[in-house]
Amino acid sequence: MTGESRRGLGKDELAARIARDIPHRAFVNLGIGLPTRISNHLSPGSGIVLHTENGMLGMGPEAHGDAVDLDLINAGKVPVTELPGASYFHHADSFAMMRGGHLDVCVLGAYQVSARGDLANWHTGRSDDIPAVGGAMDLAIGAKETFVMMNLLSRDGVPKLVPECTYPLTGVGCVSRVYTDLAVFLIEDEGVAVRELFDCTFDELVRLLEVPLLNRTREGDR
Amino acid sequence: MASILDNPTAAVAGIADGATVMIGGFGTAGQPVELIEALIASGATDLTVVNNNAGNGDVGLAALIRAGRVRKIVCSFPRQRDSWHFDQKYRAGEIELELVPQGNLAERIRAAGAGIGAFYTPTGYGTSLAEGKEVREIDGRHYVLEYPLRADYALVKAYRSDELGNLVYRKTARNFGPIMAAAATTTIVQVEDLVPVGALDPEVIVTPGIYVDRIVRVPAPAPVPESIGAGQ
Repeated sequence: MTGESRRGLGKDELAARIARDIPHRAFVNLGIGLPTRISNHLSPGSGIVLHTENGMLGMGPEAHGDAVDLDLINAGKVPVTELPGASYFHHADSFAMMRGGHLDVCVLGAYQVSARGDLANWHTGRSDDIPAVGGAMDLAIGAKETFVMMNLLSRDGVPKLVPECTYPLTGVGCVSRVYTDLAVFLIEDEGVAVRELFDCTFDELVRLLEVPLLNRTREGDR
Repeated sequence: MASILDNPTAAVAGIADGATVMIGGFGTAGQPVELIEALIASGATDLTVVNNNAGNGDVGLAALIRAGRVRKIVCSFPRQRDSWHFDQKYRAGEIELELVPQGNLAERIRAAGAGIGAFYTPTGYGTSLAEGKEVREIDGRHYVLEYPLRADYALVKAYRSDELGNLVYRKTARNFGPIMAAAATTTIVQVEDLVPVGALDPEVIVTPGIYVDRIVRVPAPAPVPESIGAGQ
């Protein structure tokens, strides 16, 4: 599909789509990069509390101008603000609350997700790349639900939802949903289910991916 | 019992070649830049450094690495937009890297300070960072055995201390400070503000002075340009 005019959801439309699926009053960690955009689409009345793994709950929007405080940054090291009710804690507590299953949802980017929900998002595996893992492995397995936000195809047009990850793994069987520009996938015990389609058909996805798919769209429900 | 030193040079005295030194901070937030500068000036070399990152820009930990004083770094996220000194040393084979997932790094440090012999963690199971490590299934979930991470020295930046070394931090600059303070044989803390005993509300103290050995007041820490979006 590369070379064709872009179809499916744009990055902000996808962020808005994911934001709609995050329950009100949930504790949520949004990974560095693309998932950070979801925060722009959370409704002010949702009561959702954002966690940043460098040691804060109740993180507010990015800080600008006089609001920049270099002691107040997010996991991407971007200056942020604090909301009323915010709290600070040290790194061991921050990762304990993650590992301990206290966060409701974590949204991460990915190089690849396997049909079993294995996640690869920390290292290309190329020998000339300096490896850096940060909190990726902790985030992947820590929250009650781990969502992935990514384009379904790489820049080279290669599917990123795959039977088995070929990139180095971040976590095993940890992803529950995959939100992409073309479809929303649910990783279930019976297999990968397509829940929603954006400008493409179920049959197109079946042809595109090597992963067996179950049709759980409204069309498939009929 | 904590003692109060006159300046960073006196505060880092005695750090020998080959020592393991924990350095607080997440990126530049909470990085004890003046203590690191004094460590560079002391000439200590062949160091093993424990930090979340591997230096940002040209100051602090980055300068220690540039000066060739770090033999090995234990960290979670070395590669950042502004980690050029580490990148250069790493590609030249002049620095050893032990890469640890961030939560395991924090818990290994915490375990050392808490006297825990080892612990099973689910983080990293099934990945290349758990290769060769003992794995155990507990109640249907897989865990990897990880060992504590101790240090000879910890260099920590806090916001305020009393004369007993009771510490208060500022915002996300707290990060590794409390756990590193507990994990090192000798903990050296730079603070912006030093107050008399009794001036801190005991209810708000984050690190009790029992973990602190040396305190030095550095009134206005040098502003460090923050690297925007440089990674975890």
